[in-house]
Amino acid sequence: MQTRKEKYKTVAYYPGCALEGTAQPYNTSTKAIAKELDLELQEIENWNCCGAMEVKNIDPEIQTYLSSRVLSLAKNETKQDVVMAPCNGCYHNLKKAEYDIENKQKSRDVVEKISKKADHPAYEAGEVETIHALDWIKFGYGEEELRAKIKGGLKGLKVANYYGCMYTRPRHIFPEKDQGGDSESTSKPHYMDDLLEIAGAVNVDFAMKTACCGGAHTLSDSDMSTKLVLNILQAAEAAGAEVIATECPTCHSGLEMHQIRALKRLSKQTNVKVIYFTQLLGMAMGLSPRKVGLHENVSDSMKFIREKGIA
Amino acid sequence: MSDFAQLELALDQPLASDSPVEAAVFLLHAGEQALENWLLAKDRQPTDALREGFRILALHRQGAKGDPSFNACRETARELVYHYNLVRLDPDHAKTGHRLQMMQLLARHLVFFIGGKLQEAGLGEFCCAAKPVRLNSI
Repeated sequence: MQTRKEKYKTVAYYPGCALEGTAQPYNTSTKAIAKELDLELQEIENWNCCGAMEVKNIDPEIQTYLSSRVLSLAKNETKQDVVMAPCNGCYHNLKKAEYDIENKQKSRDVVEKISKKADHPAYEAGEVETIHALDWIKFGYGEEELRAKIKGGLKGLKVANYYGCMYTRPRHIFPEKDQGGDSESTSKPHYMDDLLEIAGAVNVDFAMKTACCGGAHTLSDSDMSTKLVLNILQAAEAAGAEVIATECPTCHSGLEMHQIRALKRLSKQTNVKVIYFTQLLGMAMGLSPRKVGLHENVSDSMKFIREKGIA
Repeated sequence: MSDFAQLELALDQPLASDSPVEAAVFLLHAGEQALENWLLAKDRQPTDALREGFRILALHRQGAKGDPSFNACRETARELVYHYNLVRLDPDHAKTGHRLQMMQLLARHLVFFIGGKLQEAGLGEFCCAAKPVRLNSI
């Protein structure tokens, strides 16, 4: 039987829309890490939107189909058994599609019907395993191996690890979590903490690891989003964090944008930096800030990172 | 019971009580009131039951019935309880001030999150900013 290390060595890569847009630095740093760790990412050709939040709200079955098409492409075109999605929204939706196709006849019917019309094989439950970038690095490369790969390290950088609301919820679509041992916890996720600790960070006790960032509220009620984000930023600072590490493009851009907005609209300044965990890992391995796209973040942390001696 | 605006205002102020335990009780109660507001807006009578020894957890469970996205504030409620326990267990601990500060931020998060969800209730799911925009454009 294949170990996870063998299984995750080469994966189908599903960046999703965000990583080609506002979260380009997450894409850049994920690819840079893959190269550094000799892990192979085979991007799924002709991938489509996972159905995100918009389609799901209008018709959840169509969202299931859209995600199933990505899974079908991973299996039948990219010829991979594992698809890695760094975006929490994509990861969540692929997992939800997997659950729905396995457990709901209606979902199976819709997927079969539209797949037939679209002329591609309908995805069947269990054909592909969906993993997050955190699983990919933790198990595909290995923690001890990662330790050996760290060069300068994060030099005791104080980090609040922020997972957002979609990485662990709803629990039933993540049957592999909460299984004890080295499985992820849905109430107190720790994979990002584990990896960044290996990279030399000091993780602070952060009470809002999975709190809502108000991301989806941004358009309809920006003030509420700003208040939610400000609260998260203040909680991170109160916990002693210098950086909030992120693994969700929606959370990341929300934290960055509303940090600025909180200053403009509410005259509330926070100084904590917002950096993707892949960027932090990459720099800990000796990659330059530019190589991990740090200069493309809205939250300007170039000077800070240099002052900390990380780059 | 205070409404969302009153709760937000109260949680924006420095804590009134010099007693850490009183302050912790106040903050836990603020979280309960946010959940009570949610339930009453949904025409449901807030429970007086306890879950794992706490009414706030029973209220959250009641509030999440039929609305799984409400679970996005489950850990916020649990963290509030966790910090409350820390303060109650050792009010003279050196970190009590910090723990109360965290409680205040957590209670505020509950108020903002639930208040936001209520605002959206007439427009569509909270977890979709597109729907109100789409409806308005039709």
